[in-house]
Amino acid sequence: MALIEIKQVSKWYGSFQVLTNCSTNIKVGEVVIVCGPSGSGKSTLIKTINGLEAFQSGEIRIDGVSVGDPHTNLPQLRAQVGMVFQNFELFPHLSVTENLTIAQIKVLGKSQSDATALGMKYLERVGLINQKDKFPGQLSGGQQQRVAIARALSMNPKVMLFDEPTSALDPEMVGEVLDVMVQLAHDGMTMICVTHEMGFAKKVGHRVIFMDQGKIVEDCSKDEFFLHPEKRAPRAQEFLAKIITQ
Amino acid sequence: MSLDLSFYSWELIQNFLIKGLLFSVQLTVVATLGGIAFGTILALMRLSNKPWLTIPASCYVNVMRSIPLVMVILWFFLLIPTLIGRPIGADLSAYITFIAFEAAFFCEIVRAGIGSIPKGQAAAGQALGMSYAQNMRLIVLPQAFRNMIPIFMTQIIILFQDTSLVYAIGAYDLLKGFEIAGKNYGRPIESYLLAAVVYFLICFSLSRAVKALQKKVAIIR
Repeated sequence: MALIEIKQVSKWYGSFQVLTNCSTNIKVGEVVIVCGPSGSGKSTLIKTINGLEAFQSGEIRIDGVSVGDPHTNLPQLRAQVGMVFQNFELFPHLSVTENLTIAQIKVLGKSQSDATALGMKYLERVGLINQKDKFPGQLSGGQQQRVAIARALSMNPKVMLFDEPTSALDPEMVGEVLDVMVQLAHDGMTMICVTHEMGFAKKVGHRVIFMDQGKIVEDCSKDEFFLHPEKRAPRAQEFLAKIITQ
Repeated sequence: MSLDLSFYSWELIQNFLIKGLLFSVQLTVVATLGGIAFGTILALMRLSNKPWLTIPASCYVNVMRSIPLVMVILWFFLLIPTLIGRPIGADLSAYITFIAFEAAFFCEIVRAGIGSIPKGQAAAGQALGMSYAQNMRLIVLPQAFRNMIPIFMTQIIILFQDTSLVYAIGAYDLLKGFEIAGKNYGRPIESYLLAAVVYFLICFSLSRAVKALQKKVAIIR
């Protein structure tokens, strides 16, 4: 059964349509790569999944719960969906430890000690346990993004959404973040990643969704996408040709 | 013209100034805390996208900011007793007026402060499952208030000076103390001169304290 069902989702900013009839399903444990040229609606689509962006028509269900339904408790739903942002968005006024525990305590109602224990477990996993008392501003971009991943994991999410997690990083820091994500994929986490990192896509992706002008143009297995570019839509072929020559 | 400063004494302070200073300080503190609390609510109303919240808040702020403070002081002093049907003292009237008036200014400061926090911060709080109230209380406002400290302090210093306007309704504040002392000793010029010095010292040290405080609470970015 699909963990996430996206059916005919459309979204407009005023009269401008950013998403047009987007549909796909994501199964438990699946790693889905969302790519496409800038402005194609990738980030918007991923943000509709946890309701950070509203959509005007269609339906999204996470584990059967409708995101668009006004009766849905959105905060509760979002607590089960981890999200990693392009600009990390750690809370600069809180220490690394507090960043990892605040939502566990305030949203999930955990005790300080339980929250800290779990937070430290994930901080250890991303290799930053020795930075636990620092503030985000004292860390490098790569370190901040790894803390952000640990923060999202500390909520024990059913799925992790990555919105261009390496786009704001200096090139030498991309690797450390991708390593964490590869590890996560190998651990069986369900992941939806908006990314231009095609090496990462080839390594751990199961499926590739290619978007253009707000539409899902391609939705196929990774092998199909990368090994048979000639069968792809012209726009996707163009995109693939560009990233291969890079 | 010659100045006679001989009446500057402990007796002057004790009999005329302490009482006034206490009231001025109390009024400043109460108006600041009340004004920030009420002002924050107004700011959140103005920032909401619900017209039934934004319109009343905007009207309130614009009206308050367009009326001279001394008029608001007089107006409340006359209006509130009419509304509640019994007279209230000058002191209580001053507290209510200053909270109501300062809230309009603090509202705009808080609104700008919230605007200075990147949208992604609120999105991150939301994504972690925080409610609107949690997100404001734990993520956005703590950062916004830190950014606002310098301008808050400037506003508080202005507020402290403005408390002298309660002379209009006869409340006994620091300036009033100097005025009465000047009359009693027959030395109004010397008394007002000392008043200026005292106001200067208080406000100047406050602004110095701000700088120290700012360093202490600055967020590392």
